[in-house]
Amino acid sequence: VTRLVIDPVTRVGGQLRVEAELSGGAVGEAWLSATSFRGIETVLRGRPARDAWLLAQRVCGSCTGVHALASVRAVENALGLAIPKNARLVRNLMTATTLVQEHVVNFYLRELPDWADPAAALTADPAATSALAGSISDWPNSGSDWYAAARDRLQALVKPGASGPFANAYVGHPAYRLPREASLMLYGHYLEALDWQRQLVRVRTILGGKSPHPQTYLVGGMAIAPQWGGPSRPADGEHPSARHSPSPLSTTGLADIDVLISDAARFVSSAFVGDVLAVAAHYPEWQQIGRGIGHYLSFGEFATADTDPALLLLARGRVMDRDFAHPRAIDQESVAESVDHAWYDYPDLHDVLLHPAVGQTRPRYTGPALPYSSLNGFDQYSWTKAPRYADDPMEVGPLARLLVAYGAGSSYVTSAVDRVTFGLEGGMDALFSTTGRMVARAIEAQLVVTRMGEWLRELVANLAQGDLALVNLDAWDQARWPSSASGFGLAEGPRGSIGHWLTIRDGRIADYQIVDGSTWNGSPRDNRGRPGACEQALVGTPVADPKRPLEVLRTIHSFAVCPACAVH
Amino acid sequence: VAANERRLLAETDERPYLALLRRGVSRRAFLKFSAAMTAVLAMPLSYAPQIARALESAPRIPLIWLRGLSCGGDSQAFLQPANPNISELLVSMLSLEYSEALMAGAGTDATSALANLKNRFPSGYITVVEGAIPTADGAFATLGGRPMRDVMSEVCAGALGTIAVGSCAFDGGLSASAGGLTGAVGVGRVVSTPHLVNLPGCPVNGDNLAATLVHYLTAKEFPPTDGLGRPFFAYGGLVHNQCERRAHFEFGEFVQSWGDEASQKGWCLYKMGCKGPQTFANCPTQKYAESSSWNVLAGHGCIGCTMPGFWDGMGGAYQRLPAPLPFLPDVSSDTLGMALTGSVAGLAVVHGGASYVRQWRVRRAKRPIETPEPAPEPVAEPTAEGVAQPAEPVAPAAEPVAQAAEPITAVDAAFALGEVATPPDALEGRPLAGDTPENAP
Repeated sequence: VTRLVIDPVTRVGGQLRVEAELSGGAVGEAWLSATSFRGIETVLRGRPARDAWLLAQRVCGSCTGVHALASVRAVENALGLAIPKNARLVRNLMTATTLVQEHVVNFYLRELPDWADPAAALTADPAATSALAGSISDWPNSGSDWYAAARDRLQALVKPGASGPFANAYVGHPAYRLPREASLMLYGHYLEALDWQRQLVRVRTILGGKSPHPQTYLVGGMAIAPQWGGPSRPADGEHPSARHSPSPLSTTGLADIDVLISDAARFVSSAFVGDVLAVAAHYPEWQQIGRGIGHYLSFGEFATADTDPALLLLARGRVMDRDFAHPRAIDQESVAESVDHAWYDYPDLHDVLLHPAVGQTRPRYTGPALPYSSLNGFDQYSWTKAPRYADDPMEVGPLARLLVAYGAGSSYVTSAVDRVTFGLEGGMDALFSTTGRMVARAIEAQLVVTRMGEWLRELVANLAQGDLALVNLDAWDQARWPSSASGFGLAEGPRGSIGHWLTIRDGRIADYQIVDGSTWNGSPRDNRGRPGACEQALVGTPVADPKRPLEVLRTIHSFAVCPACAVH
Repeated sequence: VAANERRLLAETDERPYLALLRRGVSRRAFLKFSAAMTAVLAMPLSYAPQIARALESAPRIPLIWLRGLSCGGDSQAFLQPANPNISELLVSMLSLEYSEALMAGAGTDATSALANLKNRFPSGYITVVEGAIPTADGAFATLGGRPMRDVMSEVCAGALGTIAVGSCAFDGGLSASAGGLTGAVGVGRVVSTPHLVNLPGCPVNGDNLAATLVHYLTAKEFPPTDGLGRPFFAYGGLVHNQCERRAHFEFGEFVQSWGDEASQKGWCLYKMGCKGPQTFANCPTQKYAESSSWNVLAGHGCIGCTMPGFWDGMGGAYQRLPAPLPFLPDVSSDTLGMALTGSVAGLAVVHGGASYVRQWRVRRAKRPIETPEPAPEPVAEPTAEGVAQPAEPVAPAAEPVAQAAEPITAVDAAFALGEVATPPDALEGRPLAGDTPENAP
């Protein structure tokens, strides 16, 4: 038995370590360890509840905004507050921006180096690459001149002996099997994705003031204000822009967003989806690797109407044992966390799971003295707690969302999924795998980016009808709050289901607990010793060269595990 | 052009300008980029040719990007600048030797990029640190099984200089605020490096980071900074003084309630808790993501995230600041600003205390480039007059927020410095147009 250690696991957010026991050229058992702790939950205590989202969103700077969303929802839930239609649409647009941006960035910047040998791309023939790209999609940047220039740009990053992010890449690794032309096509799009994300982020910047960490959420809605009088302001002699400061929801602002969304959608449909399917097609055996625990959870996202309970684009529910035809309803009451294998204490309590509403964050490091070379033999091995749903470990994220929504029969989702899985050799079953998670991310990005345009048009139409409300002020005045209240806020981020639970006393936060998508996927073992979703998915992963464990990275990156979020 | 330029292009020359030419950037576009850079750096446009000339001959700088206790937001912000954009930076200007966010290698293939830095880069490298450094016992941040603090100390000590990006690397940020358990501090507190530049903000504005790097690339030195190590070009002016809503403040035109008519007209957010009057940053002029927007433009007040200890010291996002000073055009972060930042950080100790401001000035005189110190240390120190004067002990921040003293204001600080004749109390709480009982000070 060989013990494998990767620390740091790169191309994730925050500090992540993985240890694995290899037997017979494959992973027999794996341990995922988040190696840093910030303590946002204890910092939140004592602060005004209206400010909670500002601090809570600092959980993550890459899946940004979604923790602010879960946090304002928690306070709104505690106060029984509904938000106006415009606020719902603006929140949808901001969350969708994050989802689409993160899905694309995760594939090109984080996953691609696991599947395509950057050195192979340098040896590709630009003309042949151009022919390949032209046969896959109508993406305009696909001429042989363009690929020759892209190869030159890559040269600076990848050429032998060059320094930079690819200096210690896994060049020539036997697990790379992508043809060199496909590699050049993908790395060409890697460079394009860098510029593409810069443009899409402008949507969140216009609506949120800045990015990461947009700053326009409010308990009750959004601080963003429409142009004075709205788009259909009657002509009363005063020109809106005469002396007023510009509004992000001005006619110009809304038109800018429209252009940015359609540009983003073109890259997703023409480049991103095809690239992901190209990788999946060249690695068919990876449709059987990294299958994981087979239980999927989704809190649901993107309210499409102002009803209670909300109608969701991506349904809420869970799928057990891969039986996606029969998703089951869920209740946040069934979420609970174990710390038996994490560096925390539940004083006076052992072997229990605590619901986040009564959860505790008391760090207690019991690992090896620093510096250490192995966590082997230590019962506690991570700063991540182990969340469970009705006592079961769950996988969350784009794949879980699609499976739950597919089973719930959303026609948007079933057609988007069928269109893609039809072309996969294994059909739906191919999705339960490492490449399946990548494919799910691509399907979801395309599905959501298409809806963004519709939400924007809905917003414009509603403003034009004279509904200018973006915030419900019924509970802005804290004097009217009950002296004590508690609530929860659920959301779906790029990495999966997010829950915030809080108790408010006299307008201030008495207790706050966060369970992030990466807490689920990056979970350590629980009180019954069962591994988390990513740990389980790593079992059986082949490792050709233990000194260069590229294959292990593939499965970890397919979950987009973010230890910074997971621990917070 | 022809022969000579083609020959240069054919060579794999590392100089940024040639790399840009190779990837099809025209001379014209290059000069335009240089002009944009002078704008970010707040230099006169006449410097643009100098920047262009310097960039033409500058080799790529090796960059080591380290992460402590962070959300990764500053890495994300690094992807956002437009001039130069991230692919230009990566391909043409920097060689990113270590970045957990982007590098292909993992485990020892990653950490080996941190070994022998001085030998591998004889002409030096720059370190960027994102995130706070924990100092409490308990393995709150490790890399390859080693304490993060050790890794950072080694790398930063050998660098040409260190750029601390974001508020966490500046003074510990969120992890260091009340209720934090990790003993988090900023880079300047525990790491020594030949030159420290602080770029606070939550997260850093990517444009300011790009400009700082280009400044080094062209001038071979870091941009001039204030007493907290923050470059003047980005942190030299008050948000309030540069705000596009400033005129509304002068006219007494305030947003009184979220979503009201005034908010649609883009009036001043001061009464909604905006911290612009006490915050030094270039957000209103530089904005974010190709100048798409910034917080106040989008409709929410500033939270003061470039200031030391802002999570605890600014009284919450919606609590109205005491009345700001009347317009002082020449206020910079090193005159009034020093007093301000000190005031926000010092909290309980310094309310109305001129001695603290004097002390800070003396320290600064002794150490021109200084690391941020959230509070004065409780030791006696000679003042300007040469008389030992014991500083008051720092109150332990046991109970979060609730116990935090009311932050002193610009007025307090200016009064303490003898720059304003009116005592603070006379201005604090002066009624403003449209005050209602609900949002009166």
